Amino acid sequence: MALADQDLRAAIAATRFGLGARPGEIAEARRDPRGFLTAQIRPQGADLPAGVAASSERLNEFREYRLEKRDARLQKAAMATGADGKPADPDARDPVKVVGKMLRQDVGGDFAARLQLAVTTEAGFRERWAEFWANHFTVSATKAITGTVIGPFEAEAIRPNVFGRFADLLGAVEAHPAMLTYLDQIQSVGPNSRAAEYAKTGGNRRGAARLQPAVNRTVGLNENLAREILELHTVGVSGGYTQADVTEFARAMTGLSIGRPGDPAAAGTAIFRDQAHEPGERTVMGVRYRPGGREQAGAILADLAAKPATAAFVCGKIARHFVADEPSPALVARLEKAWTSSNGDLGRVAEALIAAPEAWAPTPAKFKTPYEFIVSSYRAAGAQSETFGKVAPILTALGQKPFSAPSPKGWPEDAQSWAAPDAIVKRMQFAQAFSTAAVRDRDPKALAADALGARLTPDTAKAVARAESRAEGFALLLMSPEFQRR
Amino acid sequence: MNAILPSRRGVLAGAASFGLALELLAVPALAADRDLANRKVIVVICRGGMDGLSVAPPIGDPAYQGLRGALALDTTALPLDGTFGLHPALTTVQTLAQAGEARIVPAVATPDRARSHFEAQDVLESGAAGVYSASSGWLNRAVEALSAHRKVEALSVGATAPLILRGKVQTASWSPGRTVDAEARLPTLLQDLYRNDPLLGPALARGLATEVMAQAATADMATQGMAGQTPPANALRQGRDAARSLGVSLAGFMREPGGPQVAAISLDGFDSHANQAGLLNNRLAYMDAVLDGVHSGLGPEWKNTVVIVATEFGRTARINGTGGTDHGTASTALLLGGALKKGGIVGDWPTLKANALFENRDVAPTLDMRGLFKGVLAEHMGLDHAVLEKAVFPDSAAAKPVLGLV
Repeated sequence: MALADQDLRAAIAATRFGLGARPGEIAEARRDPRGFLTAQIRPQGADLPAGVAASSERLNEFREYRLEKRDARLQKAAMATGADGKPADPDARDPVKVVGKMLRQDVGGDFAARLQLAVTTEAGFRERWAEFWANHFTVSATKAITGTVIGPFEAEAIRPNVFGRFADLLGAVEAHPAMLTYLDQIQSVGPNSRAAEYAKTGGNRRGAARLQPAVNRTVGLNENLAREILELHTVGVSGGYTQADVTEFARAMTGLSIGRPGDPAAAGTAIFRDQAHEPGERTVMGVRYRPGGREQAGAILADLAAKPATAAFVCGKIARHFVADEPSPALVARLEKAWTSSNGDLGRVAEALIAAPEAWAPTPAKFKTPYEFIVSSYRAAGAQSETFGKVAPILTALGQKPFSAPSPKGWPEDAQSWAAPDAIVKRMQFAQAFSTAAVRDRDPKALAADALGARLTPDTAKAVARAESRAEGFALLLMSPEFQRR
Repeated sequence: MNAILPSRRGVLAGAASFGLALELLAVPALAADRDLANRKVIVVICRGGMDGLSVAPPIGDPAYQGLRGALALDTTALPLDGTFGLHPALTTVQTLAQAGEARIVPAVATPDRARSHFEAQDVLESGAAGVYSASSGWLNRAVEALSAHRKVEALSVGATAPLILRGKVQTASWSPGRTVDAEARLPTLLQDLYRNDPLLGPALARGLATEVMAQAATADMATQGMAGQTPPANALRQGRDAARSLGVSLAGFMREPGGPQVAAISLDGFDSHANQAGLLNNRLAYMDAVLDGVHSGLGPEWKNTVVIVATEFGRTARINGTGGTDHGTASTALLLGGALKKGGIVGDWPTLKANALFENRDVAPTLDMRGLFKGVLAEHMGLDHAVLEKAVFPDSAAAKPVLGLV
């Protein structure tokens, strides 16, 4: 494969590996495009968006909200059957609405903070790498309660671990309250655990009843998290596991849960409930695990992290995200080699990606997701501090509602998912509106050169130069085939 | 009136005799004539047969509640006078009415009795005594007559010119477009830029084609009144904002120096056979927002303006079996404007007594729509009576002009 020249490599570094070039970024990368990227790898992990709260705080807030909601329902019911027969005062301060609004603001604020980081960071590759892992370990706001902890989840479990060992990242993610909540682990109870026995004898303590009111408490196993760890997070769907492995793994995971609001030390944090853990030894994918508490699940996770199937599955995903929907097997093999020879050190895998000649192919093969398109548009405009709240409805219209991937599988990464006709028209409408506001008195020709460098084609350069207004020129740049891709 | 026009003609004749260009002298006209040149008239056509008993419910009429049942607005109507209220969505109209700048015409109809939308709209707009007897609109003929004395511009709002403004005089038309439509260059330029792109080229082409279809479909939906559907709250608000800015834009045109003195605008979707309450709530709120936009947009020019809101026919006095009403006869027109004289209802109220209903089903007309139009054109716009009877509303001798409105 012919190596691209230095100018083109600088443009590729900023736009394919990074999140799109800010003015001046390609010029900076030109001295040493590869060094520009490897310098962004650091042991302490990715940057943290500003002002994201702790997940325990958010979970407690949400539980409070649910209790308020229940109280409000009870109050309403009481008033409906009240002796005076008067209806409730509709103007009374509604705690449910107040807290509900607060929660929405938390989620919107977290997303805006993440967007702010993505638009302004000088380490675009580091941020893209972090966002790849956030999508690999998707927690989605499609479940109301998890929406409030996605920002904290990324800050606590993902970002600190993205250049460390995969096993550590996996452990942090699977034991995080956000993941435990999103994939229903907190309800999972070993069928032969002490907690299950206790429930069978009808011994519902008052404290426990308060937490889960009005629910017919069926106590038992929930396989959701165990299955998704196997299918989506580690070995992949063809990783060689069976339904029996899923069930056994789910049994081993029982006990992983979240501290109750009544417990001031553990409220909203991940805990291990021994009494809910299924006793006995487990066999997962041919390996026997001794009876135990949290260390049983930990041992299984560590083994899964170390499996070659996991390296193959995850390295394939990295290659598909960064380089092409159908990456060359040679590229995936390079990443796998770096993974296995470093015991799953993700910093080494990132270096291998940067070093791989296939990753620098001159033709941009990746079509940007809506999020990537919006972020790179803001970066091309050199945006500094914007009110990013207005971006959420645009992303929703483009099919990528903030923090709301449709399933635990995360957002799709392939062109066919995002290049539907309606989506292109909507991108055009965004580009038009955004350009009018963003370009101001700047020269779109210069912005085009800054945004794409040597990737700018003569056709697009000509179209931008011939535009009848600055805004039209900038919109043409954003909608050009090469800006839509990376 | 007659005292003014000859004197101006005299001035012009004098100027011509000195060899001066007429245009130069046309600017500093006499004060009274300048006043006439500032007068404005806007006709709002509500298509689909707007229910007059909902626009201005006769809540003081003893038969009203019995006929209207669940659709009766007696508890929610905005107060107007002892007999009539206004639909709760018509807040702008009520505010103007309290200031003496809006009046209702509660039993008005065209001469047509066929209860067909298209026929009745043709008669309403052509100003003719019957269907298919005129191919031009009465407002266009009025502009033609006014233009004999001075330059009068007319404007229709909408993609196509409505019959009411079609005719010999060239009139302008304007329709609000979305940003993408207004700058159609970008899609064209992009299609060129994508000509060799196997992914983006076909996608954009198909997306644009769909967009065109979607816009047509949306327009159709509006025409059909989106029967049975209540848009979500924020869509409603967006609709109202759009309606208000439509009114403001129209007013902006009319305030321009040399801008139109005469304008027509169509509002669709009043055919309320089912789910009338929700449907009319939306449509009347939309209309009220347009009027709000016109009123505030005209600013100081509001005092020179008369707005006529009219529909092709009213609806049955009784409700039907699907929460709506069917095609009827007389309906309610609205007169608004700072140029109006204060006063009560325009025309008589026939009441809703069983023996007073037209053909035992509709509000009976007490006023010919043409008389209303003739009165406004004569007294507000200064149109000569003879021209009005002969050219603008031929065969309308029976429809006496309603005088004293301005």
